[in-house]
Amino acid sequence: MKTGISVPVFLRVCCSRRGCRIQYPDEEDSARGTTLNRLCVERLVTRHVGPVDLVVESARCVSLSGPSGSGKTLLLRAIADLDPHQGTIWLDERPCDSYAAPEWRRRVGLLPAESRWWYERVGEHMGALEPDWLEQLGFTEQVLEWEVRHCSTGERQRLALLRLLANRPRALLLDEPTASLDPDNVRRMETLLEKYRVQHDAAVLWVSHDPEQTRRVATRDLELHDGCLLERGR
Amino acid sequence: MNIIPLTPLDLFLASILVIALAALSWALRLGVGRQLMIAALRTTVQLLLVGLVLKSLFANAHLAWLGLASLVMLLMAGREVMVRQKRRFRGWWGFGLGTLSMFVSSFSVTILALTVVINNQPWYLPQYAIPLLGMLLGNTMNGISLGLDQLTRNAWEQRDVIEQRLLLGGSWSEVIADIRREAMRVGLVPIINAMAAAGIVSLPGMMTGQILAGTPPVVAVNYQILIMFLIAAGTGFGTLVSVSLGARRLFDKRHRLCLERLS
Repeated sequence: MKTGISVPVFLRVCCSRRGCRIQYPDEEDSARGTTLNRLCVERLVTRHVGPVDLVVESARCVSLSGPSGSGKTLLLRAIADLDPHQGTIWLDERPCDSYAAPEWRRRVGLLPAESRWWYERVGEHMGALEPDWLEQLGFTEQVLEWEVRHCSTGERQRLALLRLLANRPRALLLDEPTASLDPDNVRRMETLLEKYRVQHDAAVLWVSHDPEQTRRVATRDLELHDGCLLERGR
Repeated sequence: MNIIPLTPLDLFLASILVIALAALSWALRLGVGRQLMIAALRTTVQLLLVGLVLKSLFANAHLAWLGLASLVMLLMAGREVMVRQKRRFRGWWGFGLGTLSMFVSSFSVTILALTVVINNQPWYLPQYAIPLLGMLLGNTMNGISLGLDQLTRNAWEQRDVIEQRLLLGGSWSEVIADIRREAMRVGLVPIINAMAAAGIVSLPGMMTGQILAGTPPVVAVNYQILIMFLIAAGTGFGTLVSVSLGARRLFDKRHRLCLERLS
């Protein structure tokens, strides 16, 4: 990991502030027919989970729910190739093994339920952010100077998303990304993720316990039960 | 100047001090009296035995016998490194990692010193080879066990941070770099301190022994400086090798943290 303070980042942050209207495209009108960024999981078996087959199309969001202990986190960790697994995972028609592991994790970005920080200041952890990302999550560029230990759980959760997006992942695995946020910030985070997904054609797998939220963000719902995936009707 | 040999009576007089200490610690219920007596007994028996071994080894200066003695010393040191780890590597790695690193560093440094610096005929003269190797192994063992212990302990404690950094696309060597550097540093600190304090705070044991045995102080000092340099090199390279190998062993080829490889 790079050391030192990444000064250029927040110089770039403060310029543009286009307000953006996010349209929530529904399943029918976004028939892009592209395999770009399509995440495909085939006969995946990992600790307590599987075999799992799953396809998240490019620019689509699929929600994943299930009782605690059903293996949602383990499934995400296996897809990010952080846990050993059997079966194949494909991104953009290329199998996971054909990528170097760090490259795979930059493309298939996992946002864990609890974020960890290792440098003193927020900005030292951040790669290249888009100019308007900080503002969209309710921060100013001042936040990059903050000490991590003074940030609240909610602030860290939002900042962890920005840190992940700075890698420009092509697929996102989100483990309860809004669990400790107030309603305003939940909405902000959903809007930013929606915008990112559409702009970058990212495939999104979103773990959430909130049925309201899954209705808002996803076009398809899955449930994990005893390590097996079930399709849930809407 | 002649050496005054010690008689068994002399040793018995010294042992009374240890027995007195054991009695006192018993009275104070420190719970170490028994251990103290056993350790004192062990030191007597082990040193007497090693004296006999060295006596016959010196009488038959043969490379094969020397090799055997060195191997036994190496294996004992390897075991010692292993048992000093709080979280050691499972399987053969636990023993092999430290032993291999000590073999690489201690043996090469000893052989280098014997052939290039001291330059006896034959180069493996046991009177020089065994004490040199013993001192090198003893110190290298310290550095390696400290370094490895630091490495595995920190990797265990910081596993969440390590995995977070892997998730953000860090390679195994990037995410372990800080911990690895710290472990190497910790392994090197004792020898740096020993060199810095030598002669001012402490008179090193080997030099003291040589002076007691009648060697002129300046000759003894030169030997001690040589030994210090050799120990620094042996400990340093051994620690670097073992910590590097250990850090690599913490990850698999897909850059996953494999803490199940530690016990």
